[in-house]
Amino acid sequence: MNRITSTFSTLKAQNKKALIPFITAGDPEPVMTVALMHELVKAGADIIELGVPFSDPMADGPTIQRSSERALQHHIGLKDVLNMVVEFRKTDTVTPVILMGYANPVEAMGCDNFAVAAKEAGVDGVLVVDYPPEECEEWAQQLKNQEIDPIFLLSPTTPKARVEKVAKLAKGYVYYVSLKGVTGASHLDLSDVCNKLAEVRTCISIPIGVGFGIRDRAAAKAVAELADAVVVGSRIIEEIENSTRATLLDNVSNLAKSLRAALDEVNGTIAKSEC
Amino acid sequence: MKIYDLPDKQGHFGPYGGTFVAETLIAALDELLAQYQHFRDDADFQAEFNHELRHYVGRPTPIYHARRWSAHLGGAQILLKREDLNHTGAHKINNTIGQALLAKRMGKTRVIAETGAGQHGVASATVAARYGMECVVYMGSEDVKRQATNVYRMKLLGATVIPVESGSRTLKDALNEAMRDWVTNVENTYYIIGTVAGPHPYPMMVRDFQAVIGREARVQMEEEYGRQPDALIACVGGGSNAIGLFYPYIEDNEIRMIGAEAAGKGINTHQHAATLVTGRPGVLHGNRTYLIQDDNGQIIETHSISAGLDYPGVGPEHAWLKDCGRAEYVAVTDDEALSAFHALCRFEGIIPALESSHALAYAAKIAPSLGKDKLLLVNLSGRGDKDMVTVAQQSGIEF
Repeated sequence: MNRITSTFSTLKAQNKKALIPFITAGDPEPVMTVALMHELVKAGADIIELGVPFSDPMADGPTIQRSSERALQHHIGLKDVLNMVVEFRKTDTVTPVILMGYANPVEAMGCDNFAVAAKEAGVDGVLVVDYPPEECEEWAQQLKNQEIDPIFLLSPTTPKARVEKVAKLAKGYVYYVSLKGVTGASHLDLSDVCNKLAEVRTCISIPIGVGFGIRDRAAAKAVAELADAVVVGSRIIEEIENSTRATLLDNVSNLAKSLRAALDEVNGTIAKSEC
Repeated sequence: MKIYDLPDKQGHFGPYGGTFVAETLIAALDELLAQYQHFRDDADFQAEFNHELRHYVGRPTPIYHARRWSAHLGGAQILLKREDLNHTGAHKINNTIGQALLAKRMGKTRVIAETGAGQHGVASATVAARYGMECVVYMGSEDVKRQATNVYRMKLLGATVIPVESGSRTLKDALNEAMRDWVTNVENTYYIIGTVAGPHPYPMMVRDFQAVIGREARVQMEEEYGRQPDALIACVGGGSNAIGLFYPYIEDNEIRMIGAEAAGKGINTHQHAATLVTGRPGVLHGNRTYLIQDDNGQIIETHSISAGLDYPGVGPEHAWLKDCGRAEYVAVTDDEALSAFHALCRFEGIIPALESSHALAYAAKIAPSLGKDKLLLVNLSGRGDKDMVTVAQQSGIEF
């Protein structure tokens, strides 16, 4: 059993929901990334999504784009990101790490080279935002050959036929985008999420994480009642932006702890069925 | 002869093109494709499109024989397809008319567009005014500063211009921002992409709307010269004016098709935008194509004296035409383009856009070595009134 699957099954046994924070590798400085990852795990994160910086992050809002730009000022490339995972794995062999980013840096390295290197580094899953299932069957197989889970997005506008297509390719978990918009938006509608997840669950048997627009404890808790995992990105990046080097780890840790507490107020592994 | 029928159903031109976008955009693109395919074959739609091209844009645009310049160069005859005579001064309006008519039929009340130099923004604002739709144009804040006149022009036409502060604050960032707007407001909003790039169906759809250029040229060449040209030459940024001219000629293998990219200060410097000549394939803005990128796959800022060619990608169909050898792509420097700009002003009384001047420069380069009976058809894609400040600066003149 890989780290993602075993993490979800352990949580299920404990009646808990997964907290998945997102940070961009190299933000605010490359030297802080591995320390931030460990701090997030200590504060209660179950899986880490590590963003691979890209010059043109089309699906992200301004907050995550700024984090990408800060990382790129330090010339952080995909190889550097993989080295950070290697560093992280020296003291944490349990927590799953998902790389999240855009196609071009992966293609620049070569998809097959990347899959091998990611496996060696200790990466557990990869989400390439601009690889919809139609364009990446071969790539998904290359990842699976290395026992890395290809993670896919689903959105409020994904029709059922496409959910079925994703169901065939996806492993680990799927990432449901909670709203029509970009990361960091603020118009989350929980009853929409609830209705759509009910439909998605008829096709998808692996765990479902929900992200985009989850900005506070209340939203985290509400989403945790509907999903298997809660993904928080922009809100954490904002905390990083608003911290000094001295306060960074404490501030991010406190935020993650409060999100953890919100998730732990939710009991039971079965998602709420009424919307 | 094999009939050229690209793109395939998934929008691929060989390995290029496709739909490389986040899941959040897929439904919008599916809807756009279905609606476009429906109206492409709809007689009423085509009739209205053609009517607008004739009475609002001013088509057909003539083919003009640049006799004095050709004689001066001493070789092949240079013919100009006069897209500069279109309403708003460039070929861009062919596409915005088509897309605006589609938007109207899709029930959208708001159009958005990205723009670099402002030409596509102006063409979008123009059609939004013409059809009574709200218009928002995204423009890199650097470009807003450089192109103040076009910003004002868009505002006069009733559009809202939003300066984009992210990334390099230029065209590619404006495109990112427009995509984000579209994802968020897709219910009432239509995104008018200005070139043959972006996710499927944009490269195909924009090509189809621009192909009026080449279709007219075929008829006009036959009528006026009794034959087709020996070569077609057009500038390539994203590549919409070039594909518009090339597409109806793709199966005429004896006719050379030449795309002139911006070599800026030279392709051995880092200050150029010669994507097909120097780049390598990757994924950006929803399609796989040649890109100007670094070893890490990050997109690099480009340079050209002509803002309309200043783009790190290129339409996927051009990538395919390059690989299969049907079209040739060459790089023309800022200086060469400027020199052709001045030559056309002085020899023919036509002030060309700096973009089109790249195509003119390459024609001037090859004409002397060709016989006087050879015909080079150059797409004069736009007029140069917008470039007065840039050209004056090159001569050390400030207004």
